[in-house]
Amino acid sequence: MSKIADAFKKGKAFIPFITAGDPSLEITEQLLIEMDKNGADIIEVGIPFSDPVAEGVVIQEADIRSLAGGTTTDKIFEMLIRVRPKLSCAVAIMTYINPVYGYGTDKFLSNCEKAGIDALIVPDIPYEERDVIKPYCEKHGVDFISFVAPTSHQRIKTIAKDAQGFMYCVSSLGVTGVRQNITTNIGEMIDLVKSVNDIPCAVGFGISTPEQAREMAKKADGVIVGSAIVKICAKYGKDCVPYVADYVKSMKEAIS
Amino acid sequence: MSKGRFGKHGGQFIPETLMNAIIELEDAYNKYKDDPEFVQELNTLLNDYAGRPSRLYYAEKMTKDLGGAKVYLKREDLNHTGSHKLNNVLGQVLLAKKMGKTRVIAETGAGQHGVATATAAALMGMECEIFMGKEDTDRQALNVYRMKLLGAKVHAVTSGTMTLKDAVNETFREWTNRIDDTHYVIGSVMGPHPFPTMVRDFQSVISKEIKSQILEKEGKLPDVVMACVGGGSNAMGAFYEFIPHEEVQLIGCEGAGKGIHTEETAATISTGRDGIFHGMHSYFCQDEYGQISPVYSISAGLDYPGVGPEHAYLNDIGRAKYVPVTDDEAVDAFEYLSRTEGIIPAIESSHAVAHAIKLAPTMDKDKIIVVNLSGRGDKDVAAIARYRGEDIYE
Repeated sequence: MSKIADAFKKGKAFIPFITAGDPSLEITEQLLIEMDKNGADIIEVGIPFSDPVAEGVVIQEADIRSLAGGTTTDKIFEMLIRVRPKLSCAVAIMTYINPVYGYGTDKFLSNCEKAGIDALIVPDIPYEERDVIKPYCEKHGVDFISFVAPTSHQRIKTIAKDAQGFMYCVSSLGVTGVRQNITTNIGEMIDLVKSVNDIPCAVGFGISTPEQAREMAKKADGVIVGSAIVKICAKYGKDCVPYVADYVKSMKEAIS
Repeated sequence: MSKGRFGKHGGQFIPETLMNAIIELEDAYNKYKDDPEFVQELNTLLNDYAGRPSRLYYAEKMTKDLGGAKVYLKREDLNHTGSHKLNNVLGQVLLAKKMGKTRVIAETGAGQHGVATATAAALMGMECEIFMGKEDTDRQALNVYRMKLLGAKVHAVTSGTMTLKDAVNETFREWTNRIDDTHYVIGSVMGPHPFPTMVRDFQSVISKEIKSQILEKEGKLPDVVMACVGGGSNAMGAFYEFIPHEEVQLIGCEGAGKGIHTEETAATISTGRDGIFHGMHSYFCQDEYGQISPVYSISAGLDYPGVGPEHAYLNDIGRAKYVPVTDDEAVDAFEYLSRTEGIIPAIESSHAVAHAIKLAPTMDKDKIIVVNLSGRGDKDVAAIARYRGEDIYE
């Protein structure tokens, strides 16, 4: 049983995202520890990319800040190897395909294994292209996370059959970012997934408030929040840790 | 292995949200590309509206001056809107219309593709929004106003390096946001399948014409066909019909900026390596961590850190050769062609002219070079003046 599956055993899972190295890797390390303590079930650590095409402005800017501060993939792995034994939650890496492929896919996944990374999330790898990365994930014992989107329709079952870890259900059209309303029929999307694969379904994109999280958690097994947390990091900089910890706590409570 | 591969290059590396849209696009393209009615409609537009076939002009003065191979210029600069871009755009916008789309979006570097898209949208009654790097809206202010005149909305992109790659990022983001009624008119032989194939097919009218025109004028195929390469659409168009003719040498000229041994270059095949970005496996300028490098060329249209996957493949198998051409060489060629032939070429196309100036004198007089003159240089006049230290109004 993977650590990802375990993360969904204790009720609805709260899955926060942060960009590694924003504002610094030292703060990222503290954030991981505090988010874990305050109820995160899986933490998504974003490896920044120069050109994150699936991200809205908030995470784009965090990526730029992090890279400008000298963050590199090697330094992120060093930090993760150091901090991982202190964390009880599952840890996923979220990045784009070129920082994996351009770094060396096998080397990247081998480092994931050393750092105890449980899952890898790569938004620019659709089902059709999974062969460039999934075999390496399997070799190194890392779950490769699949996406379904509001536009997926007849593709959902095909994707779900092949999915492992959890299913990343994209709540809305567009890129990541805080939204007022989420109009997609999430329940229907999740039912389709579950009709072929009994896999936990986590909803992401656009969720920021406890009310939205509670609403989503009625249908989903987990809730992913990125931009709302990255905004807190941007606002408070090196002082962000207690604010993020409080936020994570309130979100976990909202869905419990 | 997914669809749309050129050797190991190509593919469909895009977020799930867009997958059904490109599958629908592929289905529609396959349905219409051989549909006699569609083909006739497109040919009528290409001939009566765009002004095709474009001329193949024997540059006699240039040839005599260089003292070697005969130089022919394929006059894509005489196309309506001033570049080869319209060939692809008419095809894609017509296809989008058949698919029931009512809105087109596009990225643009120099502004030529943006102008062409805005033109076709005006003609076919589509809503149009163009994404252009802030740096390029400054470099190419005239084209920005031209797009506005044509009824398009122009967004100045302020993310990243504020050039072509960022414009592509932003157009992909916008497409993810609004898919149902919107077609993304990609301007080059890049992006996810089916774009590299479809854009090449629409641009291959260039090499079809070159072939019949040169056979008529010279009774034989050219020895060399050359073109500038950013993403590589005019080059793919100029090369395509000649690929099976191994005796015809194909040369792509990349924007080397201040030189391939400097940081300020956009010569992807010379300085880049294997990567996956903007929907495709190809060559990209990137660092050891796979971060895409900021690139530079005087030409906004060549200022791109990647190259179309079919070019990457033609390079791998040795069928085409790619050479770097610096800003200085391109500007010299821009001025040379203006003075020698009375033709002001686009700064992009000037990169190919520059290589012809180097190559022609080394070849025998019975040899033939065809240079694809992808666009006209009116848009570049103010920038070249500034390059030479003369500050003039656009």
